[in-house]
Amino acid sequence: MAIKQISVFLENRPGMLDAMTKVLADAGITLRALSLAETKDFGIVRMIVDDVYETATVLKDHDYISSRTPVVAVQIPDVVGGLHKVLTALTAANVNLEYMYSTLAGSGSGNAYMILRVEDTKKAEEALRAAGFTLVEEFPE
Amino acid sequence: MTAGRYESPAVFRPGRAGMKKHHKIPETECRKGNRMERYYQKDIECASPEEMRAIQSEKLQKQVKHVWENVPYYRKKMEEKGVTPDDIRSIDDLHKLPFLSKADLREAYPYGLLGKPLKECVRIHSTSGTTGKRVVAFYTQHDVDLWEECCARAITAAGGTDEDVCQVSYGYGLFTGGPGLHGGSHKVGCLTVPTSSGNTDRQIMFIKDLKTTILCCTPSYAAYLGERMKEMGLGPDDIPLKAGIFGAEAWSEEMRQDIQKTMGIKAYDIYGLTELSGPGVSFECSEQTGMHVNEDHFIPEIIDPDTEEVLPVGSEGELVFTALDKEAFPMIRYRTRDICSLSREKCSCGRTLIKMAKPRGRSDDMLIIRGVNVFPSQIETVLLNQGYAANYQIIVGRVNNTDTLDVHVEMTPEMFTDNLGEIDRRQRELIDGLKSMLGIKAKVTLVAPKSITRSEGKAVRVIDNRKI
Repeated sequence: MAIKQISVFLENRPGMLDAMTKVLADAGITLRALSLAETKDFGIVRMIVDDVYETATVLKDHDYISSRTPVVAVQIPDVVGGLHKVLTALTAANVNLEYMYSTLAGSGSGNAYMILRVEDTKKAEEALRAAGFTLVEEFPE
Repeated sequence: MTAGRYESPAVFRPGRAGMKKHHKIPETECRKGNRMERYYQKDIECASPEEMRAIQSEKLQKQVKHVWENVPYYRKKMEEKGVTPDDIRSIDDLHKLPFLSKADLREAYPYGLLGKPLKECVRIHSTSGTTGKRVVAFYTQHDVDLWEECCARAITAAGGTDEDVCQVSYGYGLFTGGPGLHGGSHKVGCLTVPTSSGNTDRQIMFIKDLKTTILCCTPSYAAYLGERMKEMGLGPDDIPLKAGIFGAEAWSEEMRQDIQKTMGIKAYDIYGLTELSGPGVSFECSEQTGMHVNEDHFIPEIIDPDTEEVLPVGSEGELVFTALDKEAFPMIRYRTRDICSLSREKCSCGRTLIKMAKPRGRSDDMLIIRGVNVFPSQIETVLLNQGYAANYQIIVGRVNNTDTLDVHVEMTPEMFTDNLGEIDRRQRELIDGLKSMLGIKAKVTLVAPKSITRSEGKAVRVIDNRKI
């Protein structure tokens, strides 16, 4: 059920992200979610895309270094305390969270999603499903 | 033309046998393990110490006389030191002669050290001139021949025979790299492919299509070619190369291992400098533990660079060469500014020629940062040890009167992970590794792949922004 996130190494300088998104735009790649983790010198761009294989290929052709990481995408109920419930389920299963970011992926759906990077993807998925959450493999258009 | 890795078939290539008879076929072969050790001139390369001494002493007396009579610049230096050709009876008297330095070459530019009338000279070569005025070296036909002979010894020691295809990817032109190995390749009788440097994809096309077995270029270009071949999906077994002869810049043992693995070859070092003719002053054999100096043409000495005192064999110091037969540009006791040591230890290849260690760096390459001597090759060693590629640049600056050292390293797919903490941990490990190697702290900056300019000749490794 886990989906693949693409992480890309970028130098922390003006125009670097711009240049990369141009490469993806030119290749017709749709971004579903994106988050930036940065240090002083470099950053890692983390993305969920519609075509992982095509994205990895296009990036390699343009001399970017990228890697693929399994992440969990969970739909967050649009109620007060929605995220909190997700985290409580993970805590109960003793799953450690490395990082997360949110997306509204797919303008039509009206749903919010959380992308979770955890130590044990399988365990996290089981815990979330048992608690009644909806996990997604592919985002709606 | 099916020369496999390391065993050259003893059969002539059909259609090529007898085509070129001007070259000498390696005279002697002796079996060592499964590899035939070949020599281009066995009588010289395996001469006894007494024979070599006799050759050197005779040539030295003749050369000093030649210089005394034909090079007023050097004669004046001898007179100032109170030495005449009569004082030079054997190589034991070598230490009596004055040194020549790069400063002398600049002062005497262009014709001041010429030993033959221009009418007898047939060629010049010149240094890149990055550290000041260019050096222009002159050659008579005799000088070109002896130089090419030295390169032929190097190619033969790397397993080259007239059955090999030798691709010369050193630059051709004023630079000695291309023409030297080109001439040596002819003398051995290899099929010579004079690609010169650059146009990487064409280089690889020729290697594949013509089944090149020996590649000659700078180590940084070899690494670049290897990288490109890997990208094209060519593994060691798809590459027909069996040996590489790489020189003209400092490179580390780790870089050698890297290149050998990527291309499935044995990588041989070669040393030389334009002042002394070019590549081939010394060359490596299959033992890969130092370079045999072509002592019948070049006498090496190691001196203390400060006191100019000659140091015993085995000590580390500045390398000094006396060229024994060069007519047009006769260098006597030329200070190379390279730091290394000599060794007389018996070599398993059978050659008796003295060996010099890989120079720890040309003293031109040496940086003094916060009072500490730093060689780029030391930084390279740490990088390769820790799994980074040899694509780096050293940037030296000065902030508030303190030197700064910043090492830019290209990120590689192998070193990249989605985990910032892990990258940070590796980066700190690299900083610690550099600190223990250099004794000073360096800043490490990870940069995007292929963002450091690759020269296709010599790599630009150091940018010194200090204004002193």
